[in-house]
Amino acid sequence: MLDAGPTDETLLEVNNIEVIYNHVILVLKGVSLKVPKGGITALLGGNGAGKTTTLKAISNLLHSERGEVTKGSINYRGERVQDLNPAELVKKGVIQVMEGRHCFEHLTVEENLLTGSYTRGASRGDIDADLNMVYDYFPRLKERRRSQAGYTSGGEQQMVAIGRAIMSKPETILLDEPSMGLAPQLVEEIFNIVKGLNEKEGVTFLLAEQNTNVALRFAHYGYILESGRVVMDGPAKDLRENPDVKEFYLGMSDEGRKSFREVRSYRRRKRWLS
Amino acid sequence: MPDQLLFGTEVFLNGLMAGVLYALVALGFVLIYKASGIFNYAQGVMALFAALTLVGIMDGQVPFAHLINAVFGTEVHHFGWNIPSFLAIILTMGVMVALAWIVQQLIFRHLVNQEPIILFMATIGLAYFMEGFGDIMWGSDIKKLDVGIPQGMNALIDEVTYGAFGYGFFIDNLDIVAAVIATILVILLVLFSQYTKQGRAMRAVADDHQAALSVGISLNFIWVMVWSVAGFVALVAGIMWGAKSGVQFSLSLIALKALPVLMLGGFTSIPGAIVGGLIIGVGEKMFEFLIGPMVGGATENWFAYVLALLFLVFRPQGLFGEKIIERV
Repeated sequence: MLDAGPTDETLLEVNNIEVIYNHVILVLKGVSLKVPKGGITALLGGNGAGKTTTLKAISNLLHSERGEVTKGSINYRGERVQDLNPAELVKKGVIQVMEGRHCFEHLTVEENLLTGSYTRGASRGDIDADLNMVYDYFPRLKERRRSQAGYTSGGEQQMVAIGRAIMSKPETILLDEPSMGLAPQLVEEIFNIVKGLNEKEGVTFLLAEQNTNVALRFAHYGYILESGRVVMDGPAKDLRENPDVKEFYLGMSDEGRKSFREVRSYRRRKRWLS
Repeated sequence: MPDQLLFGTEVFLNGLMAGVLYALVALGFVLIYKASGIFNYAQGVMALFAALTLVGIMDGQVPFAHLINAVFGTEVHHFGWNIPSFLAIILTMGVMVALAWIVQQLIFRHLVNQEPIILFMATIGLAYFMEGFGDIMWGSDIKKLDVGIPQGMNALIDEVTYGAFGYGFFIDNLDIVAAVIATILVILLVLFSQYTKQGRAMRAVADDHQAALSVGISLNFIWVMVWSVAGFVALVAGIMWGAKSGVQFSLSLIALKALPVLMLGGFTSIPGAIVGGLIIGVGEKMFEFLIGPMVGGATENWFAYVLALLFLVFRPQGLFGEKIIERV
C-alpha cells in the first residue's frame, strides 16, 4: 500500500516541446509540464487544444502519425525519452490509453487484456495474477471475458483499454479522454477506478480530459492548454476556484451568462497576454 | 453408377485438388492483408521467387551467373554440388525471411500510415522488381523441381474405385500430398494465431495498428513475421506448382487466380481462403465438364472471374469476410 497523493519526485518532465505534423502543421507551440510520482495530473482544454498530441508526443505514438517533436525535450526519470519507440517506453513503465478506447475488436475481452502483457517476459502464473487483479477492479469485465471486445458497450471498452494498460504493470498511465461518449454515471465509475488504481497500486496518471469538472475533482494538479500552449496551471483545488476556469471551462459565472461574442474576444485577448 | 456420374465425381475430386493450390496462394494474400492492410500483389511472384531459389539451391546454381559471366568473361554456372531437398527448403526459408525483412526495412517502414492504394502500388513495384531480380539471379529457363514428392496416378485409389465401380479414378499423388500439406499448414496457422502470444499480437495488429503500438507491440517485428509466414506459404505453393508444371515465370500469374478466390472467401479470412480456393477449383472444373461442351469449352479461363464478379455484386465481403463490427 502506498500513500495517496503526489510525491516530490518528478517522474515525467516535458520541456517546451513543439510538435509538427507532416512537416507543416504546427500543433504544439511550446508545452511544458511536470508529472509528479503518485499523482493524478490533468491536462485540460477544448477540442484541438493539443491534449492528445501532448500525450502522443510523450508515448511517441506521434511518429506513426507522421508527427514529430521538433523542439524541446521529454524526460522520464531524468532520462531523455523522445527517441524511444512506444515499445521501449512501455518497458520503462509508461503506457498510453488512447482516446476513443481502441480495443482490438475481434479479440475477446481477455485476449485484449493479455496483449497488455506483451512486452513483459512474465510467467503464466504472474500474468494470471495480474488478470485477476484487473478483474477485481473491473468486475464487469470478468463476466464478459469471453465476448468479442467489439460487441461490448462503450463503458466496458474503456475498462478494457485501461485494464489492458494495467497488464503492462505501468508506473505511469497516459490516459486520454476516458469520459468520451460515456454516461455521467459511467464516467464517475471509471474515474473512481482510476482513483483506486492511483491510491492502491500507486500508478501515476497524466490525464487528458475535456470534462473539466470531473477531471478537477479527481486530479491533484492541472494544466490548461489552449491552441497548443499551456495557458494556466495550478493545483486542482485552485483551478476549481479560479474565476476564469469557472467561466470558460466549468460554465459558471458570478456575473451571469456572458454572450458568446464577449467570451470569445475575452479569450482571445487573454491568450495574447499569456 | 452411370459413367457420366463417375466421370463427374472424378472431375470434382480433381477440382478439389486444384483448389488446394489456389487456396495456398490466396492464404498468403490473406495473411498479409489481415495483419497490415496491404494487398500484396507480389504474393504470386514470391511463390515464383521461392521456387526459383529452391531449385537454384538444390542444383547448386551460382546466383547471378549470367551477370557474372557477362561482366568478368567467366564461365561459371554451377558450384558442382547438390543439396538435399530438405536442407534446401530450410535454406530457402531463410532467404524468404531475409526478403521479408528487407521488404519491411526498405519499403513499408517508410510508408507507415499511408493510403492503402499507395501501399498497393508499392507491392506492384515489388512484384516487378522481384520478377526481374529472380530472372537475373537464377536465369529465365524453365526448371524442373523435384523435391521427392511422389507424382503420377495414385494406384490405390485407382484400384479401389475400379473394384467398386468398375471405373478407376485418376487422382495425382502430388495433389494428395498438396492437400495434406495445405491442411497441416492451415491447422498450424490457426493454432499459431489463436494460442500463442505472437499470434495474438498479430491479430491485435490486424485489428488496430495504433492500439497495438500503444501496448508496446512492435509493428515492424510483427510485419516482418507476417511477411515471413507469407513467404513460407509462398514457398509451399511454389513447391507444389513447381513440381506440377515446372518452375517458370508464368507461375507468377497464378496470383491472378487467387483474386477471385479472395473475393469469394473474403480478404480477411483464413478459412475463407481455403473454402474459396476449393469452390473455385471445383467450380471451374465442373463448369467446364457440364457447361463447357455447350459453349465451346475453355470456360476455365473466365469462370472464376465471373463468379467473383457475382460475389462482388451480391456479397462484397465474401463468404467469410469479417463483418465490420458496428454498434448501434
